[in-house]
Amino acid sequence: MQPFALIRTKRIERAREIVREKPETRVLRAGGIDLLDRMKEGIDEPELLVELREVLWAGAKLADGQPLIPPDTNPLPPAPRYAEVGALTTLAELAAAELPGLDALHQAAGQAATPGIRNTATVGGNLLQRPRCWYFRHRDLVCLKKGGDTCLAITGDNRYHAILGGGPSFIVHPSSLATPLLALDAVVSVFVGDAKGSVQQLVPLAELFVSPETDPTREHSLGPGDLLTQVWIPVLDDMRSAYQAVREKQSHDWPLVEAAARLRLDQAGSMRDVRVALGHVAPIPWNASEAAALLEGQAPSVDLFARAADAALADAAPLDGNAYKIPMAKGLLREVLHRASGLALPE
Amino acid sequence: MSKRDAPEHDETRGLTRRGLFRSIGAATLVAGCTTDDPSVHPEQAPTPDVDGAIGLTPTPLEFVLDGQPQKLEVEARTTLLDLLRLDLDRTGTKVVCDRGACGACMVLVDEVPRNSCMLLALDVAGASITTVAGLGKSSQLSALQLAFVEHDAMQCGFCTSGMLISSSALLRRSAGQPLERAQVEDAIAGNLCRCGTYPHVVDAVLSVANGPGAARRGSELLRAKKGGA
Repeated sequence: MQPFALIRTKRIERAREIVREKPETRVLRAGGIDLLDRMKEGIDEPELLVELREVLWAGAKLADGQPLIPPDTNPLPPAPRYAEVGALTTLAELAAAELPGLDALHQAAGQAATPGIRNTATVGGNLLQRPRCWYFRHRDLVCLKKGGDTCLAITGDNRYHAILGGGPSFIVHPSSLATPLLALDAVVSVFVGDAKGSVQQLVPLAELFVSPETDPTREHSLGPGDLLTQVWIPVLDDMRSAYQAVREKQSHDWPLVEAAARLRLDQAGSMRDVRVALGHVAPIPWNASEAAALLEGQAPSVDLFARAADAALADAAPLDGNAYKIPMAKGLLREVLHRASGLALPE
Repeated sequence: MSKRDAPEHDETRGLTRRGLFRSIGAATLVAGCTTDDPSVHPEQAPTPDVDGAIGLTPTPLEFVLDGQPQKLEVEARTTLLDLLRLDLDRTGTKVVCDRGACGACMVLVDEVPRNSCMLLALDVAGASITTVAGLGKSSQLSALQLAFVEHDAMQCGFCTSGMLISSSALLRRSAGQPLERAQVEDAIAGNLCRCGTYPHVVDAVLSVANGPGAARRGSELLRAKKGGA
């Protein structure tokens, strides 16, 4: 790695200010797993890492109340309770936290990467990591994300690339926590803009991510010195959730496809407040709202879940090498819906 | 324990494999070197452009390594793995992928197994690091290390120190409770073995966790843990 310096601070404003003074060469560092990887590969060469270890909060628990936000600007979905997760929480801590109804999140956190990496990698870093596309990660290739003219996956080996929402970039979003968090309707606390006097804002998770149609060089809307501090998750009464991923290997592998679902069953046994998300199929964590709309208010059934899975993948447009993801995503989504609703799998 | 205690520095053993490679390697390397890399030997020490920044030049670092206090100076760009292997010559911790994908470089940082290639040396200031060399002694292996030998849990040996770290962390966590096969497999899920010794590794760990004397060893571990060891 090129020489660089570290700076440790305890104040959010100071950390943000340092980066904003020289955004092209300074970067915030939490667990540093993705950052160190990019620095070792030579695709990023910051001169100063601003340590967040003593700046941010780590932990996952049921919140005592709500964040202090004026009600008219509060995007938090109404819920009797909220779970809060600090951005510095490691994936291992999140997997071990016992939070009711958040099975999908625990499962995703406990399967990502490896046990050793999960002891270092943080929630904030997982959500904001750069894509794992092999063209992006290659120091000698100038892909669309690095200022080139075209996404190299279009004519290249695109077996791991997007089947939904692709173009002009066809990366898949690398965050395994984003998939369940999107299904769980999470909201994130962020500090954005001028470091001095800026207030914490709440942003629905879906709005944090940037489609490549808007800007193919970025995956999220945060700029240099902006800081994600916390994740809020609405915990509904009798809420149930499930997550599943398919990988080529059982461990230390990126998912080929992920699916997550959240719902609750009312007195009549109908599904309510249904949300469905897919991961590693699109450049952003994918909200399968068509599937959720089909399921809302209905009783769980094998046939309904199959139709919902078809609806979720109806717009899929595979590249040369990744059409296998369509049946894989359908099957995975059906499995997750069966698990979340408690309806026995047909096979 | 001084580094002379490690088997590869045991002078009573005469010529060692590592020693032989080192003597050949050094001569070849010197012959191949013609120019100095300016980034490695800057003519003028660079200075950070913000107050309070550290690590552009060697910066003081103190931590405990296998029970021994360490006091030294490192640059920020030195990973914990490079510090152990290159600066301190503790080569029991292996380097393979250097990207956190294989687990060969696992060490315990305050009892938590982590990939030392993805940590900066300055991250462990004040921490207690246990490497494979700290699990036993060269003349007296730990029960887990003996079980690896008994169960033929290694072939080329490159993953072994990482396997030992991950599984010893599991044994410390479980503190004498019997373990299932799946729990061991989960604990070593970040340790890649290209030889495919996984079943033997799991057998070795289970023999320590569930074999005769397991409960006694567990309570000793628990006592050591409570005692802050």
